[in-house]
Amino acid sequence: MTQMADAVHPTSHAAVPHGDAHAHGHHPNLEHHFDSLTQQFDAGKLGMWLFLATEVLLFGGLFCAYAIFRRNHPEVFMYAHQFLDTTWGAINTVVLLVSSFTMAWAVTASQRGQRHLTSILLALTFLGGVGFMVIKAVEYSHKFHDGLMWGVHYDPAKHEHGHGHNGAHGAAATAAHGAADHAAPADHGTAGAAATAAPAASTHPEATTSVHAPETSGQPAATGAEAADLPPERAPLEPSQVALAPAGPAGLHTGGHDLHGPRPDNVHWFFGVYFTMTGLHGLHVLAGMAVIGWLFVRSVRGDFSADYFTPVDLGGLYWHLVDLIWIFLFPLLYLIH
Amino acid sequence: MSSLNPAAAGPLVGAPAADNYLTHSRGFWSWAATLDHKRIGVMYLAGIFTMFLVGGLFAVLLRSVLLTPDAAAGGVKTIVDANMYNRFFTLHGAVMVFIVIIPGIPAALGNFVLPLMLGAKDVAFPRLNLCSFYLWLIGTAMALASLYWGGVDTGWTFYTPYSTKVGSSGAFGGVVPVVAGAFVLGFSSIFTGLNFIVTIHKLRPPGMTWFRMPLFLWGTYATAVIQVLATPVLGITLLLLLAERLLGIGFFDSELGGDPVLFQHFFWFYSHPAVYIMILPAMGVMSELISVFSHKHIFGYKFIAFSSVAIAILGFLVWGHHMFTSGQSELLGVIFSAITFSIAIPSAVKMFNWLTTLYKGSIDFKAPMCYALSFMWIFGIGGLTGLFLGMMGLDQHLHDTYFVVAHFHYVMAGTIFVFFGAIHYWWPKMTGRMYDEGAAVLASLLMFIGFNMTFFIQFLMGTRGMPRRYYAYRPEFQFHHIVSTMGSYVMLAAVLLLIYVLIKSLRSGRPAPANPWGAGSMEWQCASPPPHDNFKTPPPVVDAYDYESLEWDERVGGYVHRGRRGGPAATH
Repeated sequence: MTQMADAVHPTSHAAVPHGDAHAHGHHPNLEHHFDSLTQQFDAGKLGMWLFLATEVLLFGGLFCAYAIFRRNHPEVFMYAHQFLDTTWGAINTVVLLVSSFTMAWAVTASQRGQRHLTSILLALTFLGGVGFMVIKAVEYSHKFHDGLMWGVHYDPAKHEHGHGHNGAHGAAATAAHGAADHAAPADHGTAGAAATAAPAASTHPEATTSVHAPETSGQPAATGAEAADLPPERAPLEPSQVALAPAGPAGLHTGGHDLHGPRPDNVHWFFGVYFTMTGLHGLHVLAGMAVIGWLFVRSVRGDFSADYFTPVDLGGLYWHLVDLIWIFLFPLLYLIH
Repeated sequence: MSSLNPAAAGPLVGAPAADNYLTHSRGFWSWAATLDHKRIGVMYLAGIFTMFLVGGLFAVLLRSVLLTPDAAAGGVKTIVDANMYNRFFTLHGAVMVFIVIIPGIPAALGNFVLPLMLGAKDVAFPRLNLCSFYLWLIGTAMALASLYWGGVDTGWTFYTPYSTKVGSSGAFGGVVPVVAGAFVLGFSSIFTGLNFIVTIHKLRPPGMTWFRMPLFLWGTYATAVIQVLATPVLGITLLLLLAERLLGIGFFDSELGGDPVLFQHFFWFYSHPAVYIMILPAMGVMSELISVFSHKHIFGYKFIAFSSVAIAILGFLVWGHHMFTSGQSELLGVIFSAITFSIAIPSAVKMFNWLTTLYKGSIDFKAPMCYALSFMWIFGIGGLTGLFLGMMGLDQHLHDTYFVVAHFHYVMAGTIFVFFGAIHYWWPKMTGRMYDEGAAVLASLLMFIGFNMTFFIQFLMGTRGMPRRYYAYRPEFQFHHIVSTMGSYVMLAAVLLLIYVLIKSLRSGRPAPANPWGAGSMEWQCASPPPHDNFKTPPPVVDAYDYESLEWDERVGGYVHRGRRGGPAATH
């Protein structure tokens, strides 16, 4: 890139002698503390690379968290990733890759001084960002609807029975499970008593059938009686859910027997990781779109030329990083085997 | 060289140069929207010094509370109750670490002198530099705003689950603004570091090679690398903490199967390197002060330069020594312990190089030198007690006692000595005024005595089992606490005297010559205060530690280059 910059504006470099940046006739985009446009371009480029390094480290913390949770509890990831929609994820990957392509093309166009083409390509890149965010919004709203959320907001009832998206059924099941999930840990006395009364292993057959029945029958048949039956049967399972030191793959939730297999403990971790990683990435996409929008305005205004295209180049670098992070997120979250 | 030496026209009358960075433009916005690294540095300095006083006030309050054990043991606590005490020590720590010491030397003094030392016109990204300053202001405001929401009582380390569960007013509490403020301050720090790296790489004038750079720049460079590589991890850690508290994400919450110790790993992965963000620039300043005030070439330039880089690298690999008692594996502990010991080597390299620089030097006990020598004593103790704590077995006993408190004050608060030394050293350059040397030296001595009174006895308390952060204590510790508190009052007096010295200098100080100390680095080659553009033409690059070519010129009241004396070069 350095050589390219030199090649692109050798004249301006020669025209501005050392230490005389205030001489008349220097390039309007040359700031006073640089000796030449090349020096300015190189400084900007190094600065952007360093900034990208900080971004990688920012996400690095999350990748670390991902690695630790996945290493310690692979079953959570094996189970939970099935709820992500690989098709939408793949489409989004393509959308971002194409936008990266248009961005790279825009950089080249701006280096050649093709102002009109640069503007069009920047607009296309921006649209790529819009498309990505819209698809992300669709995915998020499905997750919210199905209770596939992080930490305290994770609600298995919504997705284990809610595949038919039947409003009435979903509400009843939610109420029942909500009572079990949230009341039991707080109401320790009750849960403990239930546990001693019925020390059922996690593979309690009755629990399996009774919870499973509505699912297999496909009927929205969660009557009040069934819902009332659920809490005592689920109660013995609660202590494992609130265990201080989660003990590996023990304690599979029979309640989770559906298309996706038995539900392990702490599935919410996966969605915590999913939402923090994709959420932070989404914020970066928005920031990138703001940058590209600004570049578009400047490009239309005619700020860039073959002599001065630094902002397009640096904005492009940032957009590629945003793309690159998604390239890592997609397989790590969607394509687990 | 014209206009670079205004005071030369007539000694001691010197109206400052007609156009310097202070007089270049006037009005509020000429400062608030300035892109001049010197003005930004001065604004940083004013802000950071003010916050130092705030943090110091909290400390004096804390020490005063600790004068008596508590009501049960016969004493009476009258100043604040236990909850308020917790908030004070938390805010004292957070303010001093994130707002004062981390940005102290790099952002305030580094901003001012780095481009000057390099022979550059400004830092690489002046707008980003101003942005850093405003981020600092915003972060500081957020941290102080926490008092409005009931304060923070987690300690500056924000350990989970305190920081996610406990709070005076619900999910929000004071924790959220402080943690968010620390996040913002982190970005301020990142942008400063990024700016300095690019400046040093790209804006060195011809002739200024890496090994001609003054050692302060090596220290700043190593610091900047840590700022850029470690601070983002703090950023994500604090974001996760906020997500935990506000959204219940469960990463660090054992009730949801999360791991509170994971937070400690994340936190110390940044916060141990952060200790080197604090100390490396101080060590850089030390190399300048020791050499200049010994009037002797720095000993072992390359060793000092590379030891900064070595500390920066090793600093990333020792975070686990904060967690010997947190339940990490023994093997991990041994590794962390071993690397912790090895980091003493580059630190000792610096100490011995300073010592050998002093050896047979012509030592000049000016105030900056007094602060520098104080730091050698203080850092010697702070560094060696760090080895105690790096021993896994001994740390079981000393962990979270006053021994730790004393240790990290000897290291981190020791850098405040260098900060003060650096303020005095560059004060003539920044303001164009000299200060009262006698009073300044007195302040530095008081500071040194007060500091050691306050903290040395805390080593004793700690080994005898006095835990840190406690409001009430057993009566047998009262004597220690009283001595410690008296020491803090001495320090308070020293700081007040220092403020008096600086204000008096601003009001009626003798105009400063371009080079009052006989220093060789480039910032002393431009006028005091420097002109807006620093250098009309880049001055010739010389050995920053060559004092042979400088000589005292009575008419200027400062040092000039041999051969320029009395000649036309020195007089206009």
